[in-house]
Amino acid sequence: MAIDTETVKRVAFLSRLRIDDDKIEATKEEFNKILAWIEELNEINTDNIEPLVAVNNTALRMRKDEVTAGRCKEAVLQNAPAAEYDYFAVPKVVE
Amino acid sequence: MSDITKLTIAQALDGLKRKEFTATELTSAYIKNMENGRHYNAYITECADKAMIQAQNADKRYSEGTNRALEGIPLGIKDLFCTKDIRTTAASHILDNFVPPYESTVTANLLDDGAVFLGKLNLDEFAMGGSNETSYFGPVINPWSKDKNLVPGGSSGGSAAAVAAHLCAGATGTDTGGSIREPAAFCGITGIKPTYGRCSRYGIVAFASSLDQAGPIAQDVTDCALLLNSMAGFDEKDSTSCKVETPDFTSFLSGNVKGLVIGLPKEYRPEGLNDEVAKYWDKAAEMLKSRGAIVKEISLPHTKYALATYYVLAPAEASSNLARYDGIRYGFRAVADGEHLDELYIKTRSLGFGKEVKRRIMIGTYVLSAGYYDAYYLKAQKMRRLIQNDFIEAFKECDVILTPTSPITAFPIGDESMLQNPINMYLNDVFTVSVNLAGLPAMSLPIGLAENGLPLAMQLIGKPFDEATIFKVASKLEADAGFERK
Repeated sequence: MAIDTETVKRVAFLSRLRIDDDKIEATKEEFNKILAWIEELNEINTDNIEPLVAVNNTALRMRKDEVTAGRCKEAVLQNAPAAEYDYFAVPKVVE
Repeated sequence: MSDITKLTIAQALDGLKRKEFTATELTSAYIKNMENGRHYNAYITECADKAMIQAQNADKRYSEGTNRALEGIPLGIKDLFCTKDIRTTAASHILDNFVPPYESTVTANLLDDGAVFLGKLNLDEFAMGGSNETSYFGPVINPWSKDKNLVPGGSSGGSAAAVAAHLCAGATGTDTGGSIREPAAFCGITGIKPTYGRCSRYGIVAFASSLDQAGPIAQDVTDCALLLNSMAGFDEKDSTSCKVETPDFTSFLSGNVKGLVIGLPKEYRPEGLNDEVAKYWDKAAEMLKSRGAIVKEISLPHTKYALATYYVLAPAEASSNLARYDGIRYGFRAVADGEHLDELYIKTRSLGFGKEVKRRIMIGTYVLSAGYYDAYYLKAQKMRRLIQNDFIEAFKECDVILTPTSPITAFPIGDESMLQNPINMYLNDVFTVSVNLAGLPAMSLPIGLAENGLPLAMQLIGKPFDEATIFKVASKLEADAGFERK
């Protein structure tokens, strides 16, 4: 199924990526090329096949609900582009 | 003294133990190579000062007799592994100022065994690529280049080039669809992607979590075994880490291949397979046969669909994993154009990610989006089951599978056909991606030179957690091939 310009714009927004207006057409074509290639999967009937989510599908381990790494505020904030009063600082977003 | 950077890790350990040279001398020699080899662009970050301190500690250990398994061995670390207090970029602008406050489990294991870290190695951005050309820090040059600069393969291109050019004794890599094996093949060295769950993924920048696996890239099969001994092991911090014993992988190197059944999948010999690749494949099978192995044709019927399956699942997982890069908590933050938070996210991500990463995020977002999930993502997960079933069936008939690693040798940087159509680049992964989809271990090792003078490689695929058989067979192939490294 080929996609249109509107879908490209919608997917870009869902991805939180900007595509300049003059690149939308080229992106659409590239997208459609890749999707057309992926269409070959439809040659195989998979109606009764269980999807494979993980190769080692043993049950995930449980652990006690307790702090394993804590008291590391400085380390957590060390890479923040902006931090104030021990918080991550962001531009004002609420009126 | 001859050039000690030409030694394998096994030989260097021997020399250190016999006090033929010190760890400080060894590290200094590699630092010199690293500095003289900057034109390869293999390192993103060099850590010569830290390395020298580690080497001095190693010498102290040797003199006290408390030396550990890799004491004083200078390694390069793919810049996808978080290293405490050492910048970790994933070769992306969006992380180019990121200094992790913690250590990945794999690198912590190597440090605990006494390894010295020379620096962080270049790669495709977020490990997305097969030529190292998507790196924000520029392409890496393959040490086998002659008149034209060739790619080292990817995504672990810096790792492979650095090992081949002796800019480190060994390196870490990661492999999501062939990212250890293809660069190892292009650079004429050896690398193994272990079974999914063998090495912890904790602290490795995530690309596609159900496929990512760490492994060593080194001069030869023995060195891979030595490094994997240290890198592997169960880890509480990775929920997909497997609670299995880590055997001493070097103990399998002397094993006998007599009576082992080697499977050759007929689907890996498609019409138009390069003659030289086919010839070396036959030759490798002959070598094992003459040592008493049984060579048998097998079938992996869904091979044809592995690439398309991979290029649905890997981008889907990537789009989800890379959603975390929003410019809020770490990494690059752009100055937003407007007042909406979305504008901050969009500008940060649009400036922070490169072209291939954006392409995969968008494809992944699309195949996971409402209305398309079943047609693409669920379909691909079902195909993944069929591909895994192919291997389960095949391994009822054979002990290990032998295939070429790549259909081609290293190609020039900036190759037009690869750049114009991303699918052409993706096709280079044709022999490697199935292994990741099925979670199997696989090694690439050089088998000989093509007519163009560039290395060609073979791949050995094992049953889950049976790296042992791979090492056994690889050590024999390596001996018989007699490949001369750089």
